[in-house]
Amino acid sequence: MSDAVAHAAIERIFREEYGRVVASLVRRFGDIDVAEEAAGEALLVALERWPVDGTPPNPGGWLTTTAARKGIDRIRREQQRDAKHQASLMLNSNFWGDDTPHEPTGVVDDDRLRLVFTCCHPALAPEARVALTLRLLGGLTVAEIAQAFLVPETTMAQRITRAKAKIKAANIPYRVPDEADLQERVAAVMAVIYLVFNEGYLSSSAEHSVREELTAEAIRLGRVLRSLLPDVPEVAGLLALMLLTESRRTSRFADGELVPLPDQDRGGWDRALIAEGHALVRECLAIGRAGHYQLLAAINAVHTDAPTLAATDWEQVAALYDQLYAVTPSPIVALNRAVAIAELDGPEVALAEVDRLPELQPGLTSYHAWHVTRAELLRRLGRSAEARAAYDAAIAATDNAAERAYLTRRRNQLAG
Amino acid sequence: MTEYLLAVNGNLDEDAADTRTMEDYQPVFEAVAQFNQNLRAEGAWVFAGGLLPVETTTTVDNTGSAPVVTDGPFVESKEYLGGFWVIEAPDLDAALEWAKEGSQACGGRVEVRPFQGEADDAAQRAGTAATADIAG
Repeated sequence: MSDAVAHAAIERIFREEYGRVVASLVRRFGDIDVAEEAAGEALLVALERWPVDGTPPNPGGWLTTTAARKGIDRIRREQQRDAKHQASLMLNSNFWGDDTPHEPTGVVDDDRLRLVFTCCHPALAPEARVALTLRLLGGLTVAEIAQAFLVPETTMAQRITRAKAKIKAANIPYRVPDEADLQERVAAVMAVIYLVFNEGYLSSSAEHSVREELTAEAIRLGRVLRSLLPDVPEVAGLLALMLLTESRRTSRFADGELVPLPDQDRGGWDRALIAEGHALVRECLAIGRAGHYQLLAAINAVHTDAPTLAATDWEQVAALYDQLYAVTPSPIVALNRAVAIAELDGPEVALAEVDRLPELQPGLTSYHAWHVTRAELLRRLGRSAEARAAYDAAIAATDNAAERAYLTRRRNQLAG
Repeated sequence: MTEYLLAVNGNLDEDAADTRTMEDYQPVFEAVAQFNQNLRAEGAWVFAGGLLPVETTTTVDNTGSAPVVTDGPFVESKEYLGGFWVIEAPDLDAALEWAKEGSQACGGRVEVRPFQGEADDAAQRAGTAATADIAG
């Protein structure tokens, strides 16, 4: 194995273990910077030793132990400089020789849970929450996060540095919130994970491999959250939603053009992801405490359950959107409900409903999906001139190249 | 433990639109008194005070060759500091809980801001955290 290959393999392991290692160190040292620096030093040692000694049987445990020693070394050096703090360092001898194995469950994972609540704390700006979560739990580099969100690296570095400084200065705790706050705080964590997923999913294209990595990262974080909070059905719902959406990803593009659900090659859907997603949805249904993510997952389950478009259970889809509207009364949900209504009661009924929606929220008329929905319904009603105008409005309202290509072609196919 | 400032900001436009009388404010005074009581009972109280209207401000600037004393605040703004609490809390979550209670009591928005600590460096905290880790 060449040095480059060996290094790439070590760096991959480091990235996979990063969240666990850093979370454990943050608990021990109470400081993110100390934890990150110690983890970085452990990587350097690994790059030096593993190619010679071989990869240890438990690389995560090795990294954590090595990093902990590095962290303690650093604290010792600093405290020797500052005699005033000597007394406060009363490290137990067990800790110095800490060779406890790195366990995949239990306390170690609780560390990650603590840290994700810190990263997604409401006192941090939403974009900082996303960046910190990807950095500390996902092990992505600042450069990668910057690239994924299409901002300069210095901007992203500053965003992360500021957030870490605030955590320290304002004393944001590394703690799983109390029962009273848990639901609200879990919602904030889920929002971050879903945002990461959508950032990767909605803008994924061939030239942005890091963006595709975001969907994988979001799913991985979703799995972690699910394993840590197995009794929260919304967490299962979020994971199911991401899996079922991800299952259709490769069918969503053809030759740089967006392929909408009705035209997708269902043979190209990932059956393993679908099976896993369906199992989670069934689990949620059995619990019977429906929520936003669970309902979205259930709708995706109905779609992915149909072998053909014609076989879709639209009644079920419309009923689920009704429930979703009760939980999240957004015009976007109403818009999607109208699509299901078109399949059930015909395009005329659906169009009337779609045209009523801007009364609820005028902003909808600048949203491309509203125009697309109108255009498709008008097309089916044979009202070509109006459909063309609606396609034009939709094209004007989107920046996504694949979507524009698709809409332009649809418009040009119109008769008359 | 960290000390936090819970600052209550007033707004001149909102004040102008406020038609409430002193009597109407009685429940607010009572709620704030109760909140202060709670802070003391829980050992979170450090200091607190309500400020007189912003027109009573005098600005002193002794950064130049001679001191300059002027009427009014240094920054002309619609927003002004109306009053504050200084509290001590184990972490931001605890401080935010107090802020929620304080905001409800005084009927105003509350800004939460940490004070500079004396020995607030990573090394000291790390030492304490590692010790606590072993103790727990």
